[in-house]
Amino acid sequence: MSNLLNVSPSPHSHGKESTQKLMLNVVIALVPAFITSVFYFGAGAIIVTVTSVASCLLFEYLIQRFVLRKPVSITDGSALVTGILLAFNLPSNIPVLIIVIGSFISIAVAKMTFGGLGNNPFNPALVGRVFMLISFPVQMTSWPVPKGLGTGYLDAVTGATPLAVIKEGLKNGEPLSDLITRIPTPAQMFLGNMGGSMGEVAAVALLLGFAYLLIRKVITWHVPVSVIGSLALFTAILWLVDPEKNATPMFHILAGGVLLGAIFMATDYVTSPMVPKAMLIYGCGIGIITVIIRVYGAYPEGVSFAILIMNAFVPLMNSYIKPKRFGEEVKNG
Amino acid sequence: MLKTFPIGGVHPPENKLTADIPIEYLPVPDKVIIPVSQHIGSPANPVVAKGDTVKAGQIIAAGKGFVSANIHSSVSGKVSKIDLAADSSGYRQTAVFIDVEGDDWIDTIDRSNDLVRDIKLSPEEIVKRCFESGIVGLGGATFPSHVKLTVPSGKKCDVLIINGVECEPYLTSDHRLMLERGEQILVGVTILMKALKVEKAMVGIENNKPGAIANMTRLSASFKGITVHPLKVKYPQGAEKQLVKALMHREVPSGRLPIDVGAVVHNVGTAYAVYEAVQKNKPLFERVVTVTGKSLTKPGNYMVRTGTPLIKLIEAAGGIPGNTGKIINGGPMMGKAVSNTDVPVVKGMSGVILVPLEESVREKIKPCIRCAKCVSACPLNLEPYLLMALSERSLFERAEIERITDCMECGSCSFICPAGRPLLDYIRLGKSNVIKMARQRNLK
Repeated sequence: MSNLLNVSPSPHSHGKESTQKLMLNVVIALVPAFITSVFYFGAGAIIVTVTSVASCLLFEYLIQRFVLRKPVSITDGSALVTGILLAFNLPSNIPVLIIVIGSFISIAVAKMTFGGLGNNPFNPALVGRVFMLISFPVQMTSWPVPKGLGTGYLDAVTGATPLAVIKEGLKNGEPLSDLITRIPTPAQMFLGNMGGSMGEVAAVALLLGFAYLLIRKVITWHVPVSVIGSLALFTAILWLVDPEKNATPMFHILAGGVLLGAIFMATDYVTSPMVPKAMLIYGCGIGIITVIIRVYGAYPEGVSFAILIMNAFVPLMNSYIKPKRFGEEVKNG
Repeated sequence: MLKTFPIGGVHPPENKLTADIPIEYLPVPDKVIIPVSQHIGSPANPVVAKGDTVKAGQIIAAGKGFVSANIHSSVSGKVSKIDLAADSSGYRQTAVFIDVEGDDWIDTIDRSNDLVRDIKLSPEEIVKRCFESGIVGLGGATFPSHVKLTVPSGKKCDVLIINGVECEPYLTSDHRLMLERGEQILVGVTILMKALKVEKAMVGIENNKPGAIANMTRLSASFKGITVHPLKVKYPQGAEKQLVKALMHREVPSGRLPIDVGAVVHNVGTAYAVYEAVQKNKPLFERVVTVTGKSLTKPGNYMVRTGTPLIKLIEAAGGIPGNTGKIINGGPMMGKAVSNTDVPVVKGMSGVILVPLEESVREKIKPCIRCAKCVSACPLNLEPYLLMALSERSLFERAEIERITDCMECGSCSFICPAGRPLLDYIRLGKSNVIKMARQRNLK
């Protein structure tokens, strides 16, 4: 043996978790959703995902290597996750150049300017997506109709999402019972057979990923359950008040990005609260803001905005919402 | 559902390599170094001088004040010097050096192996005997036991809790004692109950020791008021407050002691030492130490005299393996790394772990990803990430508000952190500064 012993303070044992493994688990949880998006949208899904991941990794590398001149840490998996999530929030027929611009905004503006991993206040993938939605509204809202491998990429046939159909129809005064016939059935929506961002459509695949994340203890139930729960409760009240003007809670959960947002975007470690109590408040905020945007706002979909708005409250919540400390206020027997 | 504490906790790999190896007596070494401070409280005063002849069990340093403990010679022989010596913490302190000659014990000790169940001493005499015999908490904290047995006026103890949890990975000394000396432990528990004047004692044992649970449950049938409780395996269940919560559903208030909720906690090893002191008149000068490690050729549980140099113990276990990178006194979660192997075995040493080099270096520190795993692992519901950030920035006032001083340094946060951040190192820094601040405030 060497004559010198290592001397360091306790603990002398470290668990098996690492940032890389956690990120890898998120990627594994996203695999079912990727498979379904290829299944529904064909080659476009692959092109968009590969472009987004590659450009996110490249921008992170370039910035760390040449701008910050710090050790490169793209192998930690965080840029990989951002790339996949950004892709999942895009239509599968979006041109490559727009994806590269969106990736640049995600990584360079939303993440690295704040100091890189762990320091960004807003979810990078969502910042990129919202930037693209505002800058390229046409390309960002032309949704390919799912036709499997024959969907095509830039030449895909496009149509409206169920949320857009309902929103547009209600604005024109059509009764909901007529509109329902023009959108996919709940079963089709559950399986993902509808227009929408490529990763958000298949509820079944997202729920599979959710189960995996819970089993692997990557995330806790608090945020997803409070997002979905509050959204269901709010839409249920509206639906009970006037079922001819408001869609069912089931429709609101299955349509659009609620599940993708609740399970994978709102739970982003860096931009969500640290304490269970705060996580519930944060989740409920996202659910409620989503419904307000969907029902009363100009956009048919509001999950991205809701998450970004609630991201802004996270530092405040971390400062003021404290867990009940052990032995703080004691009620014994 | 097995009982456990409700908040936080982690489950490190158990690695109880020596669980099936019976306790073996380590031969008496040729010289011992006995520090005069092997407990929390004031160091004892040496009462022997260079050249004196001593016997095993003879008092060599007398406890000074209430919170202190007597120190006894563990061997017979001649005092070669009284000098400073490094102890396992790395600091130098006064110690009595003895060259061993033979193995004579003082006459008052009953060296037979017969079990003595009948308790003759009165409660006051038991407390006195514990003080005289130098009994301290053998779970690792080494708090003098007679202090814990003296219930402050105005407070009442209704349950004695016996800690057989041994939640630290690797360590098996309490496990072996419960298997091999179960009856003696239970007599010791009965003695403690008598001293505290309580009718009820609960023995908590984690479920990874089914043999010990079965043995103690079977034996406890013939002891009045003692019940054995299996607990779910979760670290740090052996911490007093967590154990009181797990067994009694009582929460010890921040900054207070278990006695404030009517409980007194003693370790099974302490109960055994109390048995020996009260029934056999044997002062505390030997204890069971687990010597273990993945590369060790003969890991085991050894009954060792205090003052034995660590290296003798390691040699008995097969010598230091070539790939050793760190030697830990205690468990891997809360133990202290030792810097040299000449330091003596002391009362509080429950185990020695030889860690291979590759496991002895820390992970590279990566940025905090705010995963909140430290928050959910903290058994006290503190926010370790925040306490670290505050300590890093010397914001100690804020750290005090965030209750940094509640931290018991169990290390669950550093253990769980996926980014390998040294949370506990910084919390310790913050804690010591906050304590310093509070002391200065009290002076004003």
